[in-house]
Amino acid sequence: MSPAPGITLAGRASIDGAPLFAPLGLTLPAGRWTCLLGGSGVGKSTVLRLICGLPTGARFDGTITATDAAPIPDRVAYMAQDDLLLPWASVCDNIRLGARLRGQPADADRLAHILGRVGLSDHAHKKPGALSGGQRQRVALARTLMEDKPIILLDEPFSALDAQTRAAMQELAVELLRGRTVLVVTHDPGEAARLGHAILVLTAGGVTPCPPPAAAIPRPVDDLETLQCQAALLRQLRDAA
Amino acid sequence: MKYASGLVAVGFALVLWQGIVTLTGLPKFILPGPLLVAETWWTNRLLIAEHTLITAMEVLIGLGIGTALGIASAIYLASSRIGRLVIQPVLVFTQALPVFALAPILTLWLGFGLGSKIAMAVLIIYFPVTSSFCDGLMRTPQGLLDLSQTMQAGRWRTLWLIRIPAALPSLGSGIRLAAVYAPIGAVIGEWVGASRGLGYLMLLANGRAKTDLMFAAMLTLGVFAVLLHLLVHLATRHLGASLEERG
Ligand SMILES: Nc1ncnc2c1ncn2[C@@H]1O[C@H](COP(=O)(O)OP(=O)(O)O)[C@@H](O)[C@H]1O
Ligand SMILES: [Mg+2]
Repeated sequence: MSPAPGITLAGRASIDGAPLFAPLGLTLPAGRWTCLLGGSGVGKSTVLRLICGLPTGARFDGTITATDAAPIPDRVAYMAQDDLLLPWASVCDNIRLGARLRGQPADADRLAHILGRVGLSDHAHKKPGALSGGQRQRVALARTLMEDKPIILLDEPFSALDAQTRAAMQELAVELLRGRTVLVVTHDPGEAARLGHAILVLTAGGVTPCPPPAAAIPRPVDDLETLQCQAALLRQLRDAA
Repeated sequence: MKYASGLVAVGFALVLWQGIVTLTGLPKFILPGPLLVAETWWTNRLLIAEHTLITAMEVLIGLGIGTALGIASAIYLASSRIGRLVIQPVLVFTQALPVFALAPILTLWLGFGLGSKIAMAVLIIYFPVTSSFCDGLMRTPQGLLDLSQTMQAGRWRTLWLIRIPAALPSLGSGIRLAAVYAPIGAVIGEWVGASRGLGYLMLLANGRAKTDLMFAAMLTLGVFAVLLHLLVHLATRHLGASLEERG
């Protein structure tokens, strides 16, 4: 894996002429977790899809650049809210989907290692339909890891999970994605307060950075400063609405 | 349970049928009773079997060729925008033509043998298979396509690993529809010009006022169609299940 670059997005987006977000500047520090927090419909997914190089419903005027000036889309691993597992393929085949889609051989040792890390070694040959929601999400995380990309873009990846499973998945993701430039799009102030080295609040008016708590991520769920940060973020979201 | 109630209904219909024939005393060349038809069926079983074999061959070969052509066309249409723009409207337009009107021409071109009947079946089957499979291929969940794009997937690998598997349930329903239409196509072909097959036998019996034999041939065709339907259902069931497997 090449070293993780920082990413800067600067520009404005509009849908059918109506502004989606005002001119804004957004920076993802290299090798760190950035949380982009905002209510539904403010354009969080649009920002993430723009960075991925995926089509969006919006027209974007501006630039998206990496600190090393190399193209971004081919260095990205994308994990969406929906686990996007192929229901007809085994857990194993789902995890090595990227290599199969590119016609490359998948690294079997790496696959076995990652399966072990996400705790799914015993489920390698099951179909996704036979797994629980948390297990499916771990398959999606394993697939993202298997891609071994320096930039990881997560679109509300844990929002479908129950609170315990979500906390466990957040910890696993932080551990396994260490050193990569990660963008987590979320509408959950608690998630942003827990996971962001940098926390950005997106509203129609633009992006507002919010000072992150001091503790290392994943911050403990009962860390006082994290809880205060969560409350402050919630207040900020409600004021913007 | 489903089959049990079906059998009861068939039994009831047979009793009703025999009752009407016995009570009204209709001449047997107008409406023979089921008992007479059964008797005729048994005495002519070899004759009927021979013609059934012909029709079955036409239907199965037609089903195979029509399905294969439909699959190939759907894959072409789904992977070519120009194909969809140019060819799809033509396909839809040809569906407005009654295919049966082509039967005499097919007989003229391909003769009285199997060829013209197979062609008839293929023509009828081709469209439902093509259009259901193509619809399925065009309705791949957007999230999966996004994922494969971020993975720098090739077009053909995306088609093979994602779009085709995701469209198999649609292909299944297209083939099930085709299995219903195929016998109709073959029999119409036989009516227009043939020397063998159940459709031919029905016309022959009708012409000689052997209405009981005509009924026997018709019921055989019905049983064959139902068996074909069940068989195709069994064969395509796992296609349909592949997507619904998600819990
Ligand atoms: N493909 C599209 N075409 C038109 N409008 C879209 C499209 N995708 C999203 N939008 C609109 O853009 C706005 C922002 O969408 P999105 O980025 O998905 O918001 P978020 O992820 O913050 O909930 C929404 O109002 C949505 O209706
Ligand atoms: Mg969104």
